[in-house]
Amino acid sequence: MLLIHCPYCNQTLPELEFTYAGEAHIARPADPSSVSDEEWRDFLFIRTNVKGPHYERWRHFHGCGRYFNAVRDTVSDRFLITYKTDDPRPELSKLLEKSK
Amino acid sequence: MSSFRVSGRGRVDHTQPIQFTFDGKKIKGFKGDTIASALLANGIHLMGRSFKYHRPRGAVTAGSEEPNALVGTRRGPGRFEPNTRATVQEIWDGLQVNSQNRYPSLSFDVGAINDKAYMLFSAGFYYKTFMWPKSFWDKVYEPFIRAAAGLGVSPTEPDPDHYASRYLHTDVLIIGAGPAGLAAALTAARAGSQVTLVDENPEAGGSLLSEPSAMIEDVPAWDWVAKTVAELKELGVKVMTRTTAIGYYHQNMVGLCEKLTDHLASPDAETPRERMWRVRAKQVVLAQGALEKPLVFDGNDRPGVMLAGSAQTYLNRYGVRVGNKAVIVTSHDSAWYAAFDLADAGTTIAAIVDTRSEPNSDLIAEATKRGIRIMAGHTVTGTEGRLRVKSVRVNPVTGSTVGQAEMIGCDCLLMSGGWTPSLHLFSHTKGTLKWDDERQTFLPDHKAEECEIAGAGRGLWGIEAVLNDGAEMGAAVAKSLGKKAKAATYVVANDRPGTGVSHKELPTDLDAGKARAFVDYQNDVTAKDLRLAVREGMRSIEHVKRYTTNGMATDQGKMSNINGLNIASDALGVPQPKVGLTTFRPPYTPTTFGAFCGYHKGSHFEVTRKTPIDSWAEENGAVYEPVSLWRRAWYFPKDGEDMHAAVSRECRATRASVGIFDASTLGKIEVVGPDAVEFMNRMYTNPWTKLAPGRARYGLLLGDDGFIRDDGVIGRLADDRFHVTTTTGGAARVLNMMEDYLQTEWPNLDVWLTSTTEQWATIALNGPNARKVLEPFVEGLDMSDEALPHMSVAECRVGGFPARLFRISFTGEVGFEVNVPAHAGRALWEMLFEAGKKYDICPYGTETMHVLRAEKGYIIVGQDTDGTVTPHDAGLSWAIGKMKPDFVGKRGLARPDLVAEGRKQLIGLLTEDGKTKLEEGAQIVLDPNQPKPMKMVGHVTSSYHSDAAGRPIAMALLENGFNRMGETIYIPMPDRVIKATVTGTVFYDPEGERLKL
Ligand SMILES: [Zn+2]
Repeated sequence: MLLIHCPYCNQTLPELEFTYAGEAHIARPADPSSVSDEEWRDFLFIRTNVKGPHYERWRHFHGCGRYFNAVRDTVSDRFLITYKTDDPRPELSKLLEKSK
Repeated sequence: MSSFRVSGRGRVDHTQPIQFTFDGKKIKGFKGDTIASALLANGIHLMGRSFKYHRPRGAVTAGSEEPNALVGTRRGPGRFEPNTRATVQEIWDGLQVNSQNRYPSLSFDVGAINDKAYMLFSAGFYYKTFMWPKSFWDKVYEPFIRAAAGLGVSPTEPDPDHYASRYLHTDVLIIGAGPAGLAAALTAARAGSQVTLVDENPEAGGSLLSEPSAMIEDVPAWDWVAKTVAELKELGVKVMTRTTAIGYYHQNMVGLCEKLTDHLASPDAETPRERMWRVRAKQVVLAQGALEKPLVFDGNDRPGVMLAGSAQTYLNRYGVRVGNKAVIVTSHDSAWYAAFDLADAGTTIAAIVDTRSEPNSDLIAEATKRGIRIMAGHTVTGTEGRLRVKSVRVNPVTGSTVGQAEMIGCDCLLMSGGWTPSLHLFSHTKGTLKWDDERQTFLPDHKAEECEIAGAGRGLWGIEAVLNDGAEMGAAVAKSLGKKAKAATYVVANDRPGTGVSHKELPTDLDAGKARAFVDYQNDVTAKDLRLAVREGMRSIEHVKRYTTNGMATDQGKMSNINGLNIASDALGVPQPKVGLTTFRPPYTPTTFGAFCGYHKGSHFEVTRKTPIDSWAEENGAVYEPVSLWRRAWYFPKDGEDMHAAVSRECRATRASVGIFDASTLGKIEVVGPDAVEFMNRMYTNPWTKLAPGRARYGLLLGDDGFIRDDGVIGRLADDRFHVTTTTGGAARVLNMMEDYLQTEWPNLDVWLTSTTEQWATIALNGPNARKVLEPFVEGLDMSDEALPHMSVAECRVGGFPARLFRISFTGEVGFEVNVPAHAGRALWEMLFEAGKKYDICPYGTETMHVLRAEKGYIIVGQDTDGTVTPHDAGLSWAIGKMKPDFVGKRGLARPDLVAEGRKQLIGLLTEDGKTKLEEGAQIVLDPNQPKPMKMVGHVTSSYHSDAAGRPIAMALLENGFNRMGETIYIPMPDRVIKATVTGTVFYDPEGERLKL
């Protein structure tokens, strides 16, 4: 069972308290009616499905209830970072540097 | 006692005799014996029959890696366990042990015919032998395989034991209390770390228990163990025995299964049988030692053929000589010591056969001193003996030439193919392994967790080397925790260091194709099977494993992995590291379901949610149905009524006068804030801006893909406050979805969302007399049609309780839903029920609710929709606020597939004979005479008998359904084809006259 750091509670807690919520940084278009069918399809369904560091969302469901973002390696399951939803997308090269 | 017990020897208590039964026969042992050691003390090697070939088998090991000696144990009523390892289970007075996989008896088993038919069961037999002719599969092959397959018999009675579950946090978890683990624990604990030390055995000591002559720092090994354990306890170390680390999970979480009662004759009823520990450790030391490998030769599975190290354990730990006349066959020095110990205890060593041409000269000198015949540079090419080995076929090997065979008589054959570091748990962490050419085995390489591997687990051999390594690793983990630690240096006298070589199957002068040289004993996989798999095209070791089932048994390849690899590598002509190793999976040893279940059984298996009115329903004879985690009153049968009669009566009573229904499970979400109306406009399809406070509206929730997710009536209580209801099963999902959009897409909206499902009890009153029943209890509210029209909501008091009163209907009758604080639910229900008696008020359950709503064509999300249904498909286009710039699902609804013609649409169905009730889920076809497979154009979603309609009614999703009104469609069933006519979905009161007061 993973230990996950909630950036809002600032605590590292068991995975049981959290739910996974899909890939991160997929913004709903501001004006959906103006986007093409292909763009809307991509927003709904197309995901990176990476083997390796993955930007994804979690929710501290049985805690503060907040959604937050994370970078987790899908091979090792190791979290490189968790961060608040409005924080900028962290640069991967820096994260990898740090995790070494 | 028999002559195989060496008096005064071993760690068993010779003063405490114990009697148990084996296949009904009384067997005597001592306290401290395992089933296997006690049987061996009585000269019994035959303990079971093998899985596939039903070959006679005996214990090949003295530990938890045992593949053969699996027995059924009975510990009293209901307490039967199959596949208990005889080499692990401690005996106690009255234990009942039975051999498995044999009929009629262990010594004569008709299933052994499989052994003669072994050509049928070769590699991949599951995939090919039984494929032809096809018609034979059901009748012949499958029953045959099912009868023959499996080990042991499942228990038939409920498990009367209970199991516990605990969490533990520790600085250092040390797995294995052999010399490395003890030294590591001592070092870490002396440095001030908080240490937990676990071992699967009943006592600490590990391999030291089999090496009593070793002297550690001038102290005999066993005394050193006792002294060390005492010091550890003094230092506060938690020492857990009979505790197996079964799995190593992320971030140093280790699962431990602690066995508490299986070794006791009369356990305390309060004590759990097993306890599952979830341990989170800052540092882990894996000190699990090494497992001895068999050698692979024809007949290496006969009872009496055993690992040499295990024979040494039986002698030194249990005081049991495994035979009177032994032959040793080995490729490692360690087996020589086993021979010396046995020789000194009185067993005749007929020969030491070493595959190496020049064994260590010190060993040769020791053997010569004892008059033991040494056969260096020899191979074993066969054994004889039906139920016990009686002779061994030995040949000299010169280069690649196998010379003349010699038969050597014996009653046991002790083998050693070297030692494999026990790295199962390390592999669970996805730590990588690296092939070590010198030791011919895999050793740990990159670590994925905060752990160290100590001792034989990383290829070290000899007590002194292992002790010192354990101390080093204990110091290393303590230092990483910020402690000042110093590793002691141990000096060991009478140590037994050694080396060895690793083999594929041993060379033979006989036809290798006929050799029954076992690699995996438990799954009956031979060297020939592995070679066949490679010949038949398997290249990856993972494919070879699955094709042959090598390493797939419950022992997870503990003994077979490296031997299998050596053979596959040879067959493929590729070096071992290129072939790779298959994955070890948890659990390390078989673990009971009870231990995993813990407290989650019986009524604790799953949460049962009950409404505040549930107790009334129970007292009044409700039959329940589960709805998500709730239990809901399904119907209220009166004396002698079946479900159909009860539901029919409840429906009639409600439409005729008044029915009362517990709707408390409805999901409820309070949406509050200055931007509440904007939020509702964005979430739900409907327009909310113009909905006045005090009015309610049917709300429809879509996903952004345009498909229906949920629905419910939503009341506006104030400009900035909505009382949202959801489906019973959808409550949590809807709130989660709302939070997602609010937090991550529209964080600037000033809105709060609160689940209030359990704060309110909800009572629905429906029927022409509903208002008459309710009105006397209502304070502060005008209940006239003008003041409280259909689809409105008001805050008032009902029965003296603060209430939110909705006038809404899910039945087509005049309806009210009263929400009062949960604690008042039952009191109000009883008041209303009492007052309703003069109107023949009828309590009804979910089934009547379903029928009444279906008569009106009201959908149930998740029953009449399935995640691919749009509002238009469901006939709900009217619920869409077309003028709104955006809402969740609006863009999705414009997707090409969602606006296409001919989609499946929700329609009504009336069976042509007016009597037949359709089966929910039944498939619909347009032409019943078309060839199979027929083109299916839809399915029945709801179907009931309707008293109001006077006939069965149904709803269905049907391709292009809206354009098929009046058409006949067909529902093929196993016994007949049913004809039905496509209609609208409203079967009762289409004008809505009955909603008026
Ligand atoms: Zn939190």
